Amino acid sequence: MGLVLGNVENSGMPPEYELEHPKAEHCPGPESENAGKGDACNGCANQSVCESLPKGPDPDIPAIVENLSNIKHKVLVLSGKGGVGKSTFTTMLSWALSADEDLQVGAMDLDICGPSLPHMLGCVNDVVHESNAGWTPVYVADNLATMSIQFMLPEDDSAVIWRGTKKNALIKKFLKDVNWDYLDYLIIDTPPGTSDEHITINKYMKDSGIDGALVVTTPQEVALLDVRKEIDFCRKAGIKVLGLVENMSGFVCPGCKGQSQIFKPTTGGGKGLCAELGIKFLGSVPLDPRIGKCCDNGESFLDAYPDSPASEAVLQVVESLRDAVGDL
Amino acid sequence: MEDVVSPAQSLSKIKHIILVLSGKGGVGKSSVTTQTALTLCNMGLKVGVLDVDLTGPSLPRMFGLENRSIMQSREGWLPVSVKVPVSCKGSLSVVSLGFLLDDRGNSVVWRGPKKTAMIKQFITDVAWGELDYLIIDTPPGTSDEHISLAEQLRWCKPDGAIIVTTPQNVAVADVKKEINFCRKVELNILGIVENMSGFICPHCAECTNIFSSGGGKRLADQFSVPYLGNIPIDPRFVEMVENQGASKPSLAELYKDSSLFEIFQLILRKVLDQNHPPRV
Repeated sequence: MGLVLGNVENSGMPPEYELEHPKAEHCPGPESENAGKGDACNGCANQSVCESLPKGPDPDIPAIVENLSNIKHKVLVLSGKGGVGKSTFTTMLSWALSADEDLQVGAMDLDICGPSLPHMLGCVNDVVHESNAGWTPVYVADNLATMSIQFMLPEDDSAVIWRGTKKNALIKKFLKDVNWDYLDYLIIDTPPGTSDEHITINKYMKDSGIDGALVVTTPQEVALLDVRKEIDFCRKAGIKVLGLVENMSGFVCPGCKGQSQIFKPTTGGGKGLCAELGIKFLGSVPLDPRIGKCCDNGESFLDAYPDSPASEAVLQVVESLRDAVGDL
Repeated sequence: MEDVVSPAQSLSKIKHIILVLSGKGGVGKSSVTTQTALTLCNMGLKVGVLDVDLTGPSLPRMFGLENRSIMQSREGWLPVSVKVPVSCKGSLSVVSLGFLLDDRGNSVVWRGPKKTAMIKQFITDVAWGELDYLIIDTPPGTSDEHISLAEQLRWCKPDGAIIVTTPQNVAVADVKKEINFCRKVELNILGIVENMSGFICPHCAECTNIFSSGGGKRLADQFSVPYLGNIPIDPRFVEMVENQGASKPSLAELYKDSSLFEIFQLILRKVLDQNHPPRV
């Protein structure tokens, strides 16, 4: 019997303290020695909570560093915008890397409210097992492991109605207690936005070292607008941007082979953004309706249609990415 | 958590409230919100739009309002109004966090409590005035923003939610979670819209189902909620958004002449025919 969410809530969740009110201006931070005592704390609604919190760095961080110490490269897949293909790209990246039998690959799904990796890797019905070594991730192939909240849901379509604090606690658990063993790559898929999940993963993984972030976008300005914010976040958080991929760029009609731009790059697309912000452009991946089908069926698109221009583009991005983390 | 037992004063002159939800990101919540607002406005109604996607606000861009800002008045924050054609009797105004940022590239890196506080302000402090419809655009997921909205609107009797999905299974799986969320917080579901349902090749007019098809209808049947219709991918909508401007025709005018307007009228007809009594 695997873990289901009921257990997660009741046992073994690390304590998290919730600030019920927004932080005051010039807040010294709830972890600081001055928490609850600073000038800004007078009159702040959080004062009493802050004062009673344990001070100093989180005691779990060394445990996280220890647990992740056998992982060579840790890559975040980010985008400010939803639905641009973060999970699709994480999946393809995982399949592509694990095609090399000598590489051990892990894919972690941080999207708590809308987990997609299990669907795309074709392991929705698997469960996570708990042993004294920690939680065992689900193995899709001998050298490809994955972890997602989806494996713990009582029903496939259960809604995870959690505020940030609870999501943070689960993310910590994923980092501290999942028994990844030795990995060459840990690819971390994230939800859209720049909020709890992003702050938390950065906070807990800072000491174990994140190689950097792969940013995914689509060509239209409405998406680029949000992606700019994500890159701004990376800069603020000190996460290195390894490069940017433009997904869904261009579509070739299977009927007449005519090219069209479905999501028009009216402001220069991903390439323009890279030039503007001084980021490496890793390539563009065209739309191919078969990608969506493969993701729905949990098959590897790269294996099924190696001749597709999209496959070639993805493989090229993977090469540049390995280059960027210094693996080649 | 403090209890909100009576509806906020700021909403007291709003007849109907509709939320646009989806568990999945990038399925077109903001474009459905935009088009719903434009369609209602073209029908001669007074429409307000509230963007509660705090970390990725898209509505200022959609309505061509990127350099505008919110003004403060004695009654509260004044929403930014959108230009509508002279012939149109309706009106359109927008509130978004995007209007409060210095630079469009700035990120808003906020944890839950801060987002909750902002949403509360958006609900209680905006001087909307008299509105026929308030459309609320949401971020993906079922987390802080959604819980806060549900709490704030608990006693406000919203008409319900329009759920947006795209056809592929991976999106539908997330949207199912959103429907379960609505059930849990007792939010009425007005119906499901399937967006990005097929792309008509401009060269040969052949329709390709880029993100497959039929997912929305199946979902509606499975959960026995109304199916409102499907919207094809139309690159011209993005063009319209880019082409609006102070000296150029307004978005409402451009939209009235597009093929999407007809599709949306049919969709909204199905919503309006449900005859939800006005809140006030």
